[in-house]
Amino acid sequence: MLAVDNIQVFYGAIQALHGISFEVKEGEIVTLIGANGAGKSTTLRTISGLLRPKSGTVKFDGMDITRVPAHKIVKMGLAHVPEGRKIFPDLTVRENLIMGAYTRTDRTETAVTLEHVFQRFPRLKEREKQFAGTLSGGEQQMLAMGRGLMCKPKLLILDEPSMGLSPILVEDIFKIIKEINQLGTTILLVEQNAFMALQIAHRAYVLETGKVMLAGSAAELREDPKVRSAYLGDVVDIA
Amino acid sequence: MGGGEKPPPRFKNRSITAFSGFGPLYRNRQHSLLGVDMGVDVLEHVIGQVINGLQLGFMYALIALGYTMVYGVVKLINFAHGDVFMVGAFVGYLGFNQWGMPVPVAVLTSMAVCAILGVVIEKIAYRPLRYAPKIAALISALGVSLFLEYFCSLKFIFGPNYRVVQRPFEEVHWQLAGISISNIQVMVMVTVLFMLLMLQYLLYRTKVGMAMRTVSLDHDAARLMGVNVDSVISVTFAIGSALAAAGGVLYAIAYPQIQPFMGIMPGLKAFTAAVLGGIGIIPGAVLGALIMGQVETLTAAFLSSQLRDAIAFGILILVLLVRPCGILGKTETEKV
Ligand SMILES: Nc1ncnc2c1ncn2[C@@H]1O[C@H](COP(=O)(O)OP(=O)(O)OP(=O)(O)O)[C@@H](O)[C@H]1O
Ligand SMILES: [Mg+2]
Repeated sequence: MLAVDNIQVFYGAIQALHGISFEVKEGEIVTLIGANGAGKSTTLRTISGLLRPKSGTVKFDGMDITRVPAHKIVKMGLAHVPEGRKIFPDLTVRENLIMGAYTRTDRTETAVTLEHVFQRFPRLKEREKQFAGTLSGGEQQMLAMGRGLMCKPKLLILDEPSMGLSPILVEDIFKIIKEINQLGTTILLVEQNAFMALQIAHRAYVLETGKVMLAGSAAELREDPKVRSAYLGDVVDIA
Repeated sequence: MGGGEKPPPRFKNRSITAFSGFGPLYRNRQHSLLGVDMGVDVLEHVIGQVINGLQLGFMYALIALGYTMVYGVVKLINFAHGDVFMVGAFVGYLGFNQWGMPVPVAVLTSMAVCAILGVVIEKIAYRPLRYAPKIAALISALGVSLFLEYFCSLKFIFGPNYRVVQRPFEEVHWQLAGISISNIQVMVMVTVLFMLLMLQYLLYRTKVGMAMRTVSLDHDAARLMGVNVDSVISVTFAIGSALAAAGGVLYAIAYPQIQPFMGIMPGLKAFTAAVLGGIGIIPGAVLGALIMGQVETLTAAFLSSQLRDAIAFGILILVLLVRPCGILGKTETEKV
């Protein structure tokens, strides 16, 4: 479904990605884990067209999307829920969700999707007419995910959905991600919370300073001593 | 003899209009509250001035909206906006005075021409600089402004001199309960209110309006929704410029003398209005414009017409010092 091949990305003169390659197959949950600044968000932003790689290619659904502008990539069925949620604070919850369906033209179908999103996130239904900026952090995350689902994506990209949420909410969010996947949406998940991510993912890639250091099934990486000490260590400490 | 005669002092003329703004408005008006007839007459006089101020304020509003909408989507002050207003006034004037168009057709033609002009300005002067330091776009804006002024002053364009606009209809004054109101004032206010309603509808009830609102909040987030940010920016320039054009045509009818530098002062006043209301905030632009209209008219009527501009720009400085986010702006969260 998604194939990233040897992408190199620069911010001005600074190189953030030094040739990253990985793939996501249909139906999978794949997670990218790595420390702060490893290049996870940069990778996602390159996939969704917000950044252009200097070299390398991104293929989605068999098509080369490396040079396709972001707004067209959405239309092809790729939704990116960005780091920090990036909801529209001055729009109502409902308007935010409607914006998620911006590329869709069929109103009745869109209304059905909206109902599904409201069923999945009843909180959003309760706060439908409220300005999104007044939502709590957890509600904003639900809104961002709900908005991503509004375009009925084939591939849903999530950048740190658990950031800043309470442990209980984190559990909820991961449960919902798993459910969305089981209903047929492929998921690419970036997480700081490697412990949780490796529990729901099928496969994982470990990024370090703009390179893929390790790759494997989530089960394998959970047992990997390097991963355990570098990314699961502090989680174990807290628990 | 012949060669010795000096051409009319063009430049002097320009600076007079540029800095005297709305001269014709205040002619034949009583200037002092200290006149003999206090009481009812004074009240009527005040109300008459308030109506004059409304007319002026509504025209400022049409210009101020363009500043604020463009600022909303690209965080840039389009200093050429006042000159788009000027082009609008000229096209409207040519429409109903030279080409024999009915006024509404002249207005629409002028709006269409300026919409295209606005889009072209953005494409040529601002888009290449979108990711450059802000100062580059600012200088580019000033360049476009000067270019439009001097280009339109060329003989084969509009020429450097004043043109007297033949009003397409007679000005009629009505007396309503002792208050005088003219058909032109009614036309200005009705037209502007209609355009404000249309704009409101566009922004809050249509897809492109919603896209404009998201682009003004966050370009990348809008892109991730599938919004083509470049086209939304073009549409915003088109709408803002079309509104300024409508303002220009109304202006040419209300104050029937036009020349290529006429956009400077109304442009700066409308910019002040947008800052006063809160730049980037649409109701703020209208509110600021109405306040500016009143302040200016009432200052001219009851203090001194020479103080008018000083006070108008005093407001700009005061707002920038005391409340840079404007009346309706949010204080805590500086918009990105
Ligand atoms: N806009 C930018 N300009 C310059 N450098 C940037 C920019 N954004 C990111 N970087 C740099 O690129 C590198 C990768 O950043 P990125 O945001 O992709 O990391 P990340 O893995 O998502 O980190 P985090 O877990 O903190 O979100 C970092 O060194 C960062 O400083
Ligand atoms: Mg990140």
